[in-house]
Amino acid sequence: MAEGDRSPGASIEVEVLRYRPEQDSEPFYQSFTVPYAEDLSVLQALQHIKDDLDSTLSFRWSCRMAICGSCGLMINGIPKLGCRTFLREYYPGRVRVGPLNHFPIERDLVVDIEDFVGKLEKIHPYIIPREPRTLDQGEYLQTPRQLQRYLQFSNCINCTLCYAACPQYGLDPAFLGPGITALLHRYNADSRDGGQAKRAAIMHAEDGVWGCTAVSYCSEVCPKAVDPANAINQNKMASAMDYFLRFVKPGGARK
Amino acid sequence: METYKADVAIVGAGGAGLRAAIAIAEADPALTVALISKVYPMRSHTVAAEGGAAGVVQAHDSLEHHFNDTVHGGDGLCDQDVVEYFVAHCTEELTQLEHWGCPWSRKPDGRIDVRAFGGMKIERTWFAADTSGFHMLHTLFQTSIKYPSIRRFDEYFAADLVVEDGRCQGVVVIEVATGQFTLIQAKAVILATGGAGRVFRESTLGGIVTGDGMALAYRHGAPLRDMEFMQYHPTCMLGTGLLFTEACRGEGGFLRNRDGYRYLQDYGLGPAEDKPRNKFMELGPRDRLSQAFWHEEKKGRTVTTAHGEAVHLDLRHLGENKLRERLPLICELAEEYLKIDPARAPIPVRPAIHYTMGGIYADLRAATPLPGLYAAGECASNGIHGANRLGSNSLVDIIVFGKMAGVEAAKYARGVSQSPHGVLEKQARGAQERALSPLRSARGKERHSVLRREMAQSMEAGCGIYRTAADMQATCDKIAELRERYGRVDVNDKSSVWNSDWLGALELGYLLEVAQAVVHSAINRKESRGAHQRLDGYEQRDDANFLRHTMAYHGGGGPPRIGYSDVVITRSKPGTRAYGAAGEQAQAQERKAAHG
Ligand SMILES: Cc1cc2nc3c(=O)[nH]c(=O)nc-3n(C[C@H](O)[C@H](O)[C@H](O)COP(=O)(O)OP(=O)(O)OC[C@H]3O[C@@H](n4cnc5c(N)ncnc54)[C@H](O)[C@@H]3O)c2cc1C
Ligand code: SF4
Ligand code: FES
Repeated sequence: MAEGDRSPGASIEVEVLRYRPEQDSEPFYQSFTVPYAEDLSVLQALQHIKDDLDSTLSFRWSCRMAICGSCGLMINGIPKLGCRTFLREYYPGRVRVGPLNHFPIERDLVVDIEDFVGKLEKIHPYIIPREPRTLDQGEYLQTPRQLQRYLQFSNCINCTLCYAACPQYGLDPAFLGPGITALLHRYNADSRDGGQAKRAAIMHAEDGVWGCTAVSYCSEVCPKAVDPANAINQNKMASAMDYFLRFVKPGGARK
Repeated sequence: METYKADVAIVGAGGAGLRAAIAIAEADPALTVALISKVYPMRSHTVAAEGGAAGVVQAHDSLEHHFNDTVHGGDGLCDQDVVEYFVAHCTEELTQLEHWGCPWSRKPDGRIDVRAFGGMKIERTWFAADTSGFHMLHTLFQTSIKYPSIRRFDEYFAADLVVEDGRCQGVVVIEVATGQFTLIQAKAVILATGGAGRVFRESTLGGIVTGDGMALAYRHGAPLRDMEFMQYHPTCMLGTGLLFTEACRGEGGFLRNRDGYRYLQDYGLGPAEDKPRNKFMELGPRDRLSQAFWHEEKKGRTVTTAHGEAVHLDLRHLGENKLRERLPLICELAEEYLKIDPARAPIPVRPAIHYTMGGIYADLRAATPLPGLYAAGECASNGIHGANRLGSNSLVDIIVFGKMAGVEAAKYARGVSQSPHGVLEKQARGAQERALSPLRSARGKERHSVLRREMAQSMEAGCGIYRTAADMQATCDKIAELRERYGRVDVNDKSSVWNSDWLGALELGYLLEVAQAVVHSAINRKESRGAHQRLDGYEQRDDANFLRHTMAYHGGGGPPRIGYSDVVITRSKPGTRAYGAAGEQAQAQERKAAHG
């Protein structure tokens, strides 16, 4: 694909984790030598392996442009998108590619993300209108400032890199975790939404924001600057404020 | 075989499939919906759409303008009754998405903002920065979670349709994680499987855009219509084909050749002015811009790069702030993939395959000629795109007609009953046997990755921006050869869990049949129109003979049978198709002729 800027014959070693439950008793690394060019991505290296060296390697991918969220991988130990990580970052050293941490391995580089999807389904990830509006009344007004309050959190591509980065999720899979908290907050912070009360129990449960131990590695690995740690922090504050409010606001405890 | 019974089965959970599912759930919560997708819904390729979606909102705009732009852009081949319905429902559907939470970009007063797009006379493109499709898809997916009647089959691969008693009654699917087959029985089936651009080499498309639904419907006798019209998008990344959205030009970007010259003025799109003007220069339609590139390349006025010839997409004059606010993804792509800061340097681009105008023939009600089978979105040809789609019409196509397909399929499902389970299961077993055949080792030694590459190269050579009979014939022959070799494909991987080697082979089977429909449709259209341009004596549009839709019918192991059908013209006679100053002149003349 990238003949042009390849110094002729240059190549790079890619080690890939293999595991086929029907034939391998445990995962192992398999090494491949693939052509190197400055603009080749790790995903393209995997595609080269699949098309030309070993068609039995399985991994997820589609868009190639860091937007569909399919190609999350551990690349030299760090959660990254394969399509937006380039071989030049490692060359002439080798690249070691594995499935995302903290998720069960289905096969090779494919992990089971049902836990993430199940959590997404639980948080009421849709507008629960603050004020109903019919279509002929047109759009809800929302100023650019109101938009800014949640926009960054709506940019989550569901790549689950932040879950692979989160030590707390590694210890306790019940933890709601960074990406889903960001999405929950995305709806709570939307001026059109009035569903905060419905989502409160999930957010403030022990497995909710309070499960977070403030490592912030999630935000570091997020490819879309969603900053899930920020969403968690804002809600810890909100959650704590709610708690104190019960004592100062007359009648507040009744809610 | 495991069986799941639904009232309606939908294959595809991109924008069209999700919108259809929600429409059914809202029409009648008692109807069960099976929503099947070979990837998780939010991975569907709608996610990659950048620029935005068209819907009339400005006081000086009108449905008539949107209608005219669409029909004009489609070079006469749009079904105008369908376009009329379409333009009348775009804004309503985009507002619906707004109510569901889509973060459309706003004006300071809180109203929807719109931007300019190629071939559109007045700004009417709603956008969410430059990740419009991403936000539409996630909004639809997350909203769909609200409806308990939608049962998702995420990562289930459709291997065949079940057709019994002359109507479509279900889908045979493979669970990717286990390789297990399931029969999904349904009273109506909607195909929403997206385009087929992966029959070509360099494209803006994800790996999943392999024409599956088109091939399935086609095998069961539904015609594929207007398949020769494959859209090249003029501004794509070299090497990968990744897209730099048309919104780059809508925001005011320029295209320059090696001398820094805005060459589009030499191709009937001028005059060149500093400010973007709708339907002029960089805001001309995609077919014209891609063709202009081809000529520049022939004249040796392009820039040579490591991955081939390019022109420059120049965004420098837009300034850092505007670029970050309006085109953040474009900045990310340029910086991460090319190490270019678009505020400081121009981006090398060239045309790449982008959109399938043709598809499964479907009428205004999204119904295909096969009873019980509906089609919506890029996999369908409902007649709104004609010979060349306008940018920002597809993202509304998928929701307007996604909803239509849902409503109509629900109606149909309420009125029919299913054939006995045993009969349907027998059909499903046959489909299972066929799908398993590439895994039987005694077949031969062909590798599907090799065949796929040869197909894509041949399609590019024969069905590129400009075409000749000799090149197209060579591609016809090549595809026939590849279909024959396909029978000897051996899949190395024999396991059941996540066997993407096997599914890739099945996808290639779909691709080859769709590719054959494309090239045979093309070679038989002896004229030039929209995205189908010939250099061998058929350089002109020929309305007398070819103001007609091409219909390709499956020909078993051989090539398709090609037929034609009429274009529905309601109020706009196909006129001269011109842009820039020439376009204004032609329009004035036509107005005068109409009144004089
Ligand atoms: C880079 C890019 C930018 C674009 N920008 C714009 C724009 O700005 N404006 C605009 O109007 N249009 C744009 N388009 C076009 C537009 O995005 C698409 O035409 C549209 O999103 C297609 O939607 P869809 O629902 O029909 O299909 P898709 O979103 O492609 O969904 C297809 C679905 O079918 C499923 N599927 C396919 N085969 C099978 C099978 N065998 N079994 C099970 N499931 C299957 C897939 O899993 C997926 O869920 C753009 C396109 C691209 C590629
Ligand atoms: S928050 Fe960021 S890292 Fe986490 S899933 Fe979303 S996009 Fe991925
Ligand atoms: S392939 Fe879509 S995010 Fe990498």
